[in-house]
Amino acid sequence: MKKGLVSFLVKAVPLLAAWAIVLVLINAGIVTDYYLATMATICINIVLAVSLNLITGFTGQFSLGHAGFMAIGAYTCAMVTMAEPSVLGFVGGLLGGGVLAALVGLLVGLPTLRLRGDYLAIATLGMAEIIRIILLNQDATNGAAGLSGIPAFLDWNWMFFLTVATVWIIANFLHSSQGRACISVREDEIAAESIGVHTVRSKVLAFMIGAFFAGIAGGMYASYFYFIKPDLFGFLKSVDILVIVVLGGLGSLSGSIIAAILLALISTALQPFPELRMIIYSLALVVIMIFRPQGLMGSREVSLGVLNRFRRREPAVATASAAPAIRRDDDEEVV
Amino acid sequence: MGEFAQQVINGLSLGSIYALIALGYTMVYGIIQLINFAHGDVYMVGAYVGYFSMTTLRLGFFESLLIAMVICMVLGVVIERVAYKPLRNSTRIAVLITAIGVSLLLEYTMMFFVGAAVRSYPPLPDYLTGSFQVGGVTVGNQQVLIIGVSLLLMAILQLIVRRTRVGRAMRAVSQDADAARLMGINVDNTISFTFALGSALAGAAGVLVGVYYNSINPLMGILPGLKAFVAAVFGGIGLIPGALIGGFFIGGVETFVSAAGQSLYKDAVVFGILIAILIIKPTGLLGRNVKEKV
Repeated sequence: MKKGLVSFLVKAVPLLAAWAIVLVLINAGIVTDYYLATMATICINIVLAVSLNLITGFTGQFSLGHAGFMAIGAYTCAMVTMAEPSVLGFVGGLLGGGVLAALVGLLVGLPTLRLRGDYLAIATLGMAEIIRIILLNQDATNGAAGLSGIPAFLDWNWMFFLTVATVWIIANFLHSSQGRACISVREDEIAAESIGVHTVRSKVLAFMIGAFFAGIAGGMYASYFYFIKPDLFGFLKSVDILVIVVLGGLGSLSGSIIAAILLALISTALQPFPELRMIIYSLALVVIMIFRPQGLMGSREVSLGVLNRFRRREPAVATASAAPAIRRDDDEEVV
Repeated sequence: MGEFAQQVINGLSLGSIYALIALGYTMVYGIIQLINFAHGDVYMVGAYVGYFSMTTLRLGFFESLLIAMVICMVLGVVIERVAYKPLRNSTRIAVLITAIGVSLLLEYTMMFFVGAAVRSYPPLPDYLTGSFQVGGVTVGNQQVLIIGVSLLLMAILQLIVRRTRVGRAMRAVSQDADAARLMGINVDNTISFTFALGSALAGAAGVLVGVYYNSINPLMGILPGLKAFVAAVFGGIGLIPGALIGGFFIGGVETFVSAAGQSLYKDAVVFGILIAILIIKPTGLLGRNVKEKV
């Protein structure tokens, strides 16, 4: 019990410290709105990438429709907060968007997840396009012009803790029996089925959780940038998210986080040359796939749990060689 | 009735363009089970090559068509050799991601060089711009040209695939690449040849679209590419007749949805058809069901 508490503190203290430091810097006026916008982009991209990684990296279901779920979350959150501009409305819109995205994920996932890899990719792409076209042609969503003047509630506290919560929940899901079932589906669907894993349920579950958090990310986007239009959630947005996941490593949550930060910095630096940015992105995709298809991290993880190792080394020397499996397990933890 | 016949003509000309693109998708899928996302962008490159050949080089329509086909053929082979060949033994997801990467690379490299602005195709010679009446239906010479060129190319393709040695090699590789290799077929060259054929057709489709719609831009390949893929899936991916049927079907559906005043939803309808097909009969109209083996 006590050991668990210490292990938790080892992870929680650096995170809280990071949060507090940035908060102080914001209040001191050192972190300006410009930097904060970059950080919002990073947080939103982390949520998107981690949730797509759950679907594509861990469960092995290639989805090209993540931007569609994001769009559902963004529009739901925007419309709810515009009708009810309070923190309660914001939280309601955020959760409502997530739940709605998850429901659409269920609706699309149940039939299409029976398809194999690339067919699924096309089906999800088609689904995202349909969502975008519907948003484009509704009066309530104001068509191609989009919604503007969405009340902004997403400050640093919200974005930080929403991101941490997302990563924490997905990491814990992956360590649950359901999460292990998802990973077994990726490794070998037929073998997983033969040992009693309900593969369709695992896939749909991963798909819904991924969609839920994509919806949350959409809500975060709407609330921070207070302007959304259907074109923001097109095929290219899905590819953007995919690039993060692939670069970080399919099957590595920490890889997604690192890649989200890295790519946000690169694209901020390349802001004056948007065309060059896309050329570099696409070249990176091809080069990574040819020379390092496992991405930066492969399926390994770095985590704040690494700090635990320093603490445990002295008393655990005797048992370390006897229990390598347990140690490996600890290393995989995230946050 | 006249209105209906008119829409059929429009649907046929649009459908033959989709069919040309879908043929490339379906042949590549048939031979290496890859959705070649870059295919739609090869078509875009074809449109630009045709444009520059007509404006800068002041060549005629048919010469430009040939040049576009040859350049796209080379482009297709280069893409295959550089991007896809090193991944022959990788996972399907890896190859698919590479294909998306190549697609974006083509789009944005093109945008970098020619700019994002829409360009309009040069005016055509008189004999291609007129139109004539058949029983109250207006048929543009362009439409005749598009349908005619498409049908001719499809016939040539069918001849190559059915009657030549390399065509037989293509069919052999698509059935079983390992067995084909044991029989002395050069699998790599056959795959390259498939890309060459498909890309040449896409290049031709690009020029035809430029002539038909009169406007081109670096991102024009995305949506028609996806729709042509839907057409290939509809007909049964990997099957050449399937791509033809699918192309004409999707072209027809799109034309009739637009004619019904719902043109804003025409793309959504096409993707709806895709999802419906994938759910009801994933192997497509003409496809046979192949059991997955352990």
